[in-house]
Amino acid sequence: MSWKLFWLLVEASRLTIILSAVSISIGFLLSSVVCAAVMSGNRTARMAGKLFVSFFRGTPLLVQLLLIYYLLPQIGLNVPSEVAAIVGMSLCTAAYQAEILRGGFASVPKGLVEAANMCGFSPAATFRRIRLPIAVQLTIPALTSEAIMMLKSSSLVSVVGVIELTRMAQDLAASTYRPLELYAAAGFVYLVINIVVAALGLGLERRMSWGRL
Amino acid sequence: MTDTPAIKVEKLVKRFGKNTVLDGIDLIVPRGQVTCLIGPSGSGKSTLLRCIALLEEANEGFIEIDGEPLGFSSGDFGERNRLPAAQTRKVRSRIGMVFQQFNLWPHMTALGNVAEALVTVRGMARKDAEERAMAQLSNVGLRERAGHYPSELSGGQQQRVAIARALALDPGIMLFDEPTSSLDPELTGEVLNVMRDLAQSGMTMLVVTHEIGFAASVGSKIVFLDHGKKIVEGKPDEVFGKPRHERIEQFLDTYLDRGAATLL
Repeated sequence: MSWKLFWLLVEASRLTIILSAVSISIGFLLSSVVCAAVMSGNRTARMAGKLFVSFFRGTPLLVQLLLIYYLLPQIGLNVPSEVAAIVGMSLCTAAYQAEILRGGFASVPKGLVEAANMCGFSPAATFRRIRLPIAVQLTIPALTSEAIMMLKSSSLVSVVGVIELTRMAQDLAASTYRPLELYAAAGFVYLVINIVVAALGLGLERRMSWGRL
Repeated sequence: MTDTPAIKVEKLVKRFGKNTVLDGIDLIVPRGQVTCLIGPSGSGKSTLLRCIALLEEANEGFIEIDGEPLGFSSGDFGERNRLPAAQTRKVRSRIGMVFQQFNLWPHMTALGNVAEALVTVRGMARKDAEERAMAQLSNVGLRERAGHYPSELSGGQQQRVAIARALALDPGIMLFDEPTSSLDPELTGEVLNVMRDLAQSGMTMLVVTHEIGFAASVGSKIVFLDHGKKIVEGKPDEVFGKPRHERIEQFLDTYLDRGAATLL
């Protein structure tokens, strides 16, 4: 396989990285809201949060992407397919990340919150100074895995016409009749990206290990 | 005011489901003294302490701290009226608590743990708070460990940091919930020594403990609980001296290796 073909894959992987990074970030912000809703005392908010999670976690991303792609023009929003892709991916990962965060908060030892109560912390201060930092630290490994899952799932957005890494490999395979090499090369590019993401996650985990290592 | 006990507990009842853990407990904790709660596992002593700290809400009965009602006030007909959260927080701020599992915040250094509430709750400047925290850490002999995270400290050191954290807020009353139960025997001594010093300084202390030796030597008052009821109460020599209550006799038999041998 020529360097020129390989380089086209690397170029296309840039879109994969951008789509994933943007979706994971938006998804994280959204997941904080969903997680807060699910954990809130308000019944309606809780139901809405649970409904969101069960829909976006319970249906395939592929179906979600197609739904969003055909739905947006119906409600008068003519957006580029990249935007439809980001919307779909963000919503989907938000559901997973919300559940990861919820698990993180649930794993904060009760005694740490009791100690804060005994020291006179308000509920808001307990959240900001104690529960949040500990929950985030506990969820870093799971959030890293979710980021890697999203990077790989981004190959699905080719169905709405976005030419990212997998789609580029497909197109090149079709025009050169060399599918084996192109798919192997595409897999290799995914692997390299994900090794970097995993290393970043591990670095963050170490940074937040608070003297344990 | 001098007659007002530090803590007064009246007819306290606590149930977990169908299980009655505290069955109408009355308790007076006098000011400036060490009161020790002892009794077998499941006797309700930790639950009583947690109710006094309002970490658990009792189902019936009343608690007063320095004569002020905590959590609920008594109405004209003895009914319970829930007090506003602000009032409760104010009354509770007079209590410091030390837990069996230390409960230090893992993401803060020893110094950070002690200084945190001074900044977050009392609104002190970080620098002033850390100065005061450092003085508290020195008092428990941990000045050199100020920059270490809890995970880098031994259990005994962690518990001493926890004591410093509670003392930094100037409580009038200190509650200890089995403070040495999760420590190796050789680390127990350093924590008990800090508690002994604190008792000598005139701190009002309510201590749930299995350290019978400590209770007998430092406690001014011993309260023995069993099955959620107060069985015996009195000065150490009254409770441990012969002739003893039958339940105490059984209890001490099982605690011979805990420093209780000297009492027999």
